[in-house]
Amino acid sequence: MITVEHLTKRYGPVAAVDDVSFTVEPGHVTGFLGPNGAGKSTTMRMICGLTPATSGSARVLGLPFTALANPGRRVGVLLDAGSQHSGRTGREVLTLGALMTGVDRRRIDTTLDLVGLTEREAARRVGQYSLGMRQRLGLASALLGDPEVLILDEPANGLDPAGIRWMRDLLSDFASRGGTVLLSSHLLREMEAVADRIVVIGRGRVVAEGHKDDLLRQAGAFARSTDDAALALALRQGGVGVEELATGGLAVEAEPLDVGRAAAAAGVVLAELRAADSRGLEDLFLELTADDARQQTRMEVPA
Amino acid sequence: MTTATPTRDARAARPGRARADVRPVSFSTLTLVEWRKQLDTRAGRWLLAVIAIITAGVLAVMMIVNGGNHSFAAYVTATTTPMAMLLPIVGVLAATAEWSQRTALVTFTLEPRRTRVGLAKVVGAIGSGLVLLALTIGLAALAHLLVVAFRDADPAWDFTARGIAYLALTVVLFMAQGVGFGLLLRSTPAAIVTLLMAPTIFGIVGGLVSGMADVLPWVDLGTASTPLLFDAPMSGEAWAQLATATLIWVVAPLAGGLWRTARSEISSS
Repeated sequence: MITVEHLTKRYGPVAAVDDVSFTVEPGHVTGFLGPNGAGKSTTMRMICGLTPATSGSARVLGLPFTALANPGRRVGVLLDAGSQHSGRTGREVLTLGALMTGVDRRRIDTTLDLVGLTEREAARRVGQYSLGMRQRLGLASALLGDPEVLILDEPANGLDPAGIRWMRDLLSDFASRGGTVLLSSHLLREMEAVADRIVVIGRGRVVAEGHKDDLLRQAGAFARSTDDAALALALRQGGVGVEELATGGLAVEAEPLDVGRAAAAAGVVLAELRAADSRGLEDLFLELTADDARQQTRMEVPA
Repeated sequence: MTTATPTRDARAARPGRARADVRPVSFSTLTLVEWRKQLDTRAGRWLLAVIAIITAGVLAVMMIVNGGNHSFAAYVTATTTPMAMLLPIVGVLAATAEWSQRTALVTFTLEPRRTRVGLAKVVGAIGSGLVLLALTIGLAALAHLLVVAFRDADPAWDFTARGIAYLALTVVLFMAQGVGFGLLLRSTPAAIVTLLMAPTIFGIVGGLVSGMADVLPWVDLGTASTPLLFDAPMSGEAWAQLATATLIWVVAPLAGGLWRTARSEISSS
């Protein structure tokens, strides 16, 4: 369980994170989305007590992160896979973690096995690791203390497709066993596949939060009938927005039930009637963060 | 790299099933970890090895020069100069590696009480320093023993326990100073250059400005700690000078470094 309340971080006049509030529930993977520079990493660092908040608070398992006794055993954190000494071996990195948190050193092998690093790879120095291997090692460090909460910043970065699939399975499994996962990623399809709750931030503010399905569901209905023109007319007379689709059928800004009633009243036979298709996460993301995106293309001509 | 599905063990139960054995990170654990971190990289091991090799080299030269006829004290003293220059670097690296290698992000999420981590680094560095000092004294004793046995040097075991205690105190001061500068400046080159240049600059200024000669022992740690290196008697005034110089060159940078570490933002870049 992670609770973020009115978290704000200012650098001079700039608010990198501006009054951000959300909760991350156990049993779910919560995806944390936003364009570059939106404040994701700053928010995650504040949750972990690495960056002091200007105002507001963040609690992990009911306490500020810095008040957790031996946080490595409660919360697994991976903020940057590059934050490992290049001169240490992977195994040594985990050994230090095990010594620090008091974890049985036998767990090092279990964890290496879990993240798919071989004995031989673990004996190599981190400086020789690929980004994907560093991510796996970083994840191993996070999982070493058998935590209840995972906080992961871009963990899929640098993983190959098989690695991404593996990561998804691992996180889903962790959440299904009652764990809490906060995960940031740029890979929207990946996020769509693994996260069941979504928090979107843009320019330091939360622009959307909720269940993925709710966020992706679009209002409106799709209808096809024996006489679309008549149906459209009837709907417009009722004050409902209608768009006649080039591919046939109508996109209606109303619930299917209302469309059905209008069709019955107008005596039009419906061939197909359903709620509008849910959009992809990518569409939602781009729509929500359009004003905040760093590289935006101006689409409309100034009036 | 293999891509295994999560193993049976990981699926076994709710995450965090074994909460009973979770204890806060103790200071002794933290110190042992910080000590290990000084030794578990090639850079760290090489630095300590180089110090040992230079010490052995200095002793070897001593054994040749002048028929090797030097007292045990002379052998010990000869090794202290390279030690005094190189040991603080061990302390510097213990601190700066967290930033140059960006491990601070991990270190301070595992132990958010950052001042304790800083102090554990000081104690760990002092541990390394004292081990090296013991090794040096052992090597010096061996060197003296060899010249007595094979080169007919006069046996002179004149180094006192007080002298050893003084050297140990110097090690403590230098190590704390190294960690302090490392925490304060966060850059290995900047910290090392500052550490090595400061006494030199003080020496030059002291030679040029006539009034400085009286002030220097009070404000320059090199000058104030010299008697400690040579097992010279320390007067009350000498202790007072050591105290003020320590305040300026050890306590102040260490306090500043700990303060900076505790206050600042830990980020990956």
